[in-house]
Amino acid sequence: MLEIITSPISFFILLSLFFFGAFGSLLLRKDDDSANIWSSFFAIAGSLWGLLFSVATIISEHILAFVVKGSPFPLLSISFNIDLLSAFFIFIISLIALFCSLYGIGYVRHYYQKYNIGALGFFYNFFILGMLFVVTASNGIFFLIGWEIMTVASFFAVIYDREDQENVKAGFLYLVMTYISTAFIVAAFLLIYKFTGSFDFAIIKSGVGLLPIGVKNIIFLAALIGFGVKAGIIPLHIWLPAAHPAAPSHISALMSGVMIKTGIFMMIRLFLDILQPIPIWWGIVVLIIGIISSLLGVLYALTEHDIKRLLAYHSIENIGIILLGLGSALIFSSLSMPVLALLSLVAALFHTLNHAIFKSLLFLGAGSVINQMHTRNMEEYGGLIKYMPQTAFFFLIGSMAISALPPFNGFFSEWLTFQSLFQGIIILDSSMRWLFILAVGALAFTSGLALACFVKAFGSIFLARPRSVEVAHAKESPLSMVFGMGVLATLSFLFGIFSSQITFLLEKIGHSFTIFQNMPITFLAKNNQGLVVKNGFASVSGLAFLVFFAGTIMVVFFIIRKVVNRRQKIKMGATWDCGTNLTSRMEITSTGFARSIVLIFKAILKPSIQHEIGYHDSESRYLPKQRTVILGVNDVYQTYFYHPLHKLVDILSLRTKKIQSGNINDYIFYIFITLLVVLFATL
Amino acid sequence: MTIFIWTIQFIFIPVASPLCVGIIKKIKARLQNREGASIFQPYKNLWKLLHKDEVISSDASWIFSLAPFIIFSATVVVGASIPLFGFFLKNTLTGDILIIVYSLSIGTFFLALAGMDTGSAFGGFGSSREMTISALAEGGLIFSLLTVALISDTTNLFAISGSIFGQGQHFFSALLAFSGFFIVLLAETSRFPYDNPDTHLELTMIHEAMILEYSGKRLALMEWASANKLLIFFALGANLFFSSGLVQNAYAYTIILGIVIFMVKIFIFCLVIALIESSMAKFRFFRLPDLLLVSFILNVVAIGLIY
Repeated sequence: MLEIITSPISFFILLSLFFFGAFGSLLLRKDDDSANIWSSFFAIAGSLWGLLFSVATIISEHILAFVVKGSPFPLLSISFNIDLLSAFFIFIISLIALFCSLYGIGYVRHYYQKYNIGALGFFYNFFILGMLFVVTASNGIFFLIGWEIMTVASFFAVIYDREDQENVKAGFLYLVMTYISTAFIVAAFLLIYKFTGSFDFAIIKSGVGLLPIGVKNIIFLAALIGFGVKAGIIPLHIWLPAAHPAAPSHISALMSGVMIKTGIFMMIRLFLDILQPIPIWWGIVVLIIGIISSLLGVLYALTEHDIKRLLAYHSIENIGIILLGLGSALIFSSLSMPVLALLSLVAALFHTLNHAIFKSLLFLGAGSVINQMHTRNMEEYGGLIKYMPQTAFFFLIGSMAISALPPFNGFFSEWLTFQSLFQGIIILDSSMRWLFILAVGALAFTSGLALACFVKAFGSIFLARPRSVEVAHAKESPLSMVFGMGVLATLSFLFGIFSSQITFLLEKIGHSFTIFQNMPITFLAKNNQGLVVKNGFASVSGLAFLVFFAGTIMVVFFIIRKVVNRRQKIKMGATWDCGTNLTSRMEITSTGFARSIVLIFKAILKPSIQHEIGYHDSESRYLPKQRTVILGVNDVYQTYFYHPLHKLVDILSLRTKKIQSGNINDYIFYIFITLLVVLFATL
Repeated sequence: MTIFIWTIQFIFIPVASPLCVGIIKKIKARLQNREGASIFQPYKNLWKLLHKDEVISSDASWIFSLAPFIIFSATVVVGASIPLFGFFLKNTLTGDILIIVYSLSIGTFFLALAGMDTGSAFGGFGSSREMTISALAEGGLIFSLLTVALISDTTNLFAISGSIFGQGQHFFSALLAFSGFFIVLLAETSRFPYDNPDTHLELTMIHEAMILEYSGKRLALMEWASANKLLIFFALGANLFFSSGLVQNAYAYTIILGIVIFMVKIFIFCLVIALIESSMAKFRFFRLPDLLLVSFILNVVAIGLIY
């Protein structure tokens, strides 16, 4: 049975389901409803098949590698290699796509009659298909085709709501950044091809010794920039907070939860698998990028009052946390400490999985709220918990998971990341130890700030009194949307409770790497109760915590409600208003909530404040008519990095223009010079 | 016998915590030349509040109603998972430093949400200030616990308190880590110079602002939970950094001895807190981050000194 599921044919069924979903919905574009149902049905069926396929592959440890014959081009071979790491990423893609598709059935309805639903279904299915190609391709050129399918499909999703000019602008920023990324990736593959003579990953891996160390370093930098743009590392992140909010929410969830992880996937694939052995500074660079991205990501999230931008910045933060795990795995592997490297890799993979779950949950929750409120500005929400109780509950679970509160899944992957960094502090010496101390500090502050940020987000969206009239019209979302969120929330809970079982599976995936093979001792002890590191250096149990905590709550509740208190009354009253009329303008706003943290970090965040006063009489400025205060954060990346870069390109282009005189004699002269140079070079 | 010991471990923090608050208040009163209320007054207050009627704001949601139970339970769970009088109890399931820190964060999270839930300006600002301080205190807290964890080569609190690192060689790092821990202790338990536990003045209050809308039994739980948190931090400070006096065998007389020694240590902590609160003023809010940064740096230095 397992053999049938893990066969090439089964994989083609998986691909063709999304393929049918895409073209079918394009054919049905005349009728919104049937296009929606067709594309969602095939996406759901494909996702379910993908789950089955990936789980079967991981359980049977069956590595599926095959080549489709009949490629028209000599260098392009349509070859797939589905090892356990690919299967794991297929699992994440399918899992999140399943719930996003379920959610999409209800969510897409508000685009009816406004935009073409068939086109959305087409791009949605192709987007998932592209991601599947990316994680399974084993040929550089074929990989790039999948990469481009994924990028272009997601670009069209970003500009789908095209009436808003902001979205179109965000889409083009995304397109520009992602092509810069592709250019670097192409450069990396071409360099590899020059020295190994192949685009095939397996051949590259066996011929990796042919790469001179200098070239290898350039390949590393090119790949890091190329895949780093997609993963959203700081300072290459600028497209992410613009593009993720622009897409329809279920696609934002897929982009933030899964697509950015394809960058991580390729980093793992290249640095830990194909290009091994690697110099130690690669790992140091990755770890430093992790430190910067996690800390700055959460700080920028705190400054946001646009709910989807806030979540997008948290994606950057979590990519940073994943890179902390991956970076330490790279460092340990180049110091030939495979046991510790595996522990760090497991932490990174676990956080990848967990982040996919809770981030898509949060994006879906945000989508439900936006769907009712028609704005992304959190200052106009407030009190939604009474109008959308289920959404609020699921969003609360997502918030707790992303803030790493036990017993939800985020805690356990951060725990593992912490533990692998602790091991680095213990084992490594002098300067490397300080790097790991810095990383632990970054992770500690990051989780503290993330907690503050989600108190702000949940509080200003769902609690207190409504801050706009729209809130009173808000209704709970349709069943398909609530169901999608509910299952993700449940998963977020279950993956925390059963974290030890999951990490064993992840360890198995790690063991399939060449560098970790034949490695009997592991850092994670086999214990069904919880996670145990290095024979009791540290241990924690989600299940025990849950039982203990839930039991205590019940006992306390019982004692307080039944034993102590029998006759007292509970009255409803107004909030204490100091004798004035309490309006919603007196509540704290999300900007106000984060303002003190923003001011504390003003050296990094560069907050801006702008006062404008309008007077009754512009001559004698005694009576102000109106005052405006604009609080903001200066975009340091635009000012200090992208703007100078843009200027440089501009100046260079102007210089180059000078040789374009328009005179035909000049051009003949250029050709002559070129001819001479080429002749001399070849002779 | 084991069940009996675990019962003591489980109820010790909630039973003893109001006494701590009472002792601190008594010492403070004496230092101000007042007679002061009895040290058992906090128990009477709790008893009184538990039997009062309640008023709940009509703007509040279930978060507000449920938060006191969650916050109180979180402190009880943490209180039962840390070493109090002996390290012979082996808790490998919930006795890790990180799960302790993050379980306390559950309490902070719901406390801040409850503060925002009623929509009063006080509550919102209290939450904002509390989250600012606790976000910045987290680094110092994790690092101070990490220092002792690295010295004893385990992150399990019982194992840390059982290892004998006080014998000289790591004395200086432990001392630095304790100084860092103490700064965080003041922040996390809403004490001077971070917060004034006795005031309801809107300019200064943090913790009191968040629980301003509570009354009756929910207020009792909130007050009790903050007393628990105080004792938890005292216990962590007393048993991780000064672990002598913790008993290692589970006999009736050793347990009683352990409890007595523990109470003496806690009394010293109460005395220090009362002295600090009587002799210094609250800091300006934007000076607090400097203090927390000092705590973080002290701990980083402490870790550097271990190796």
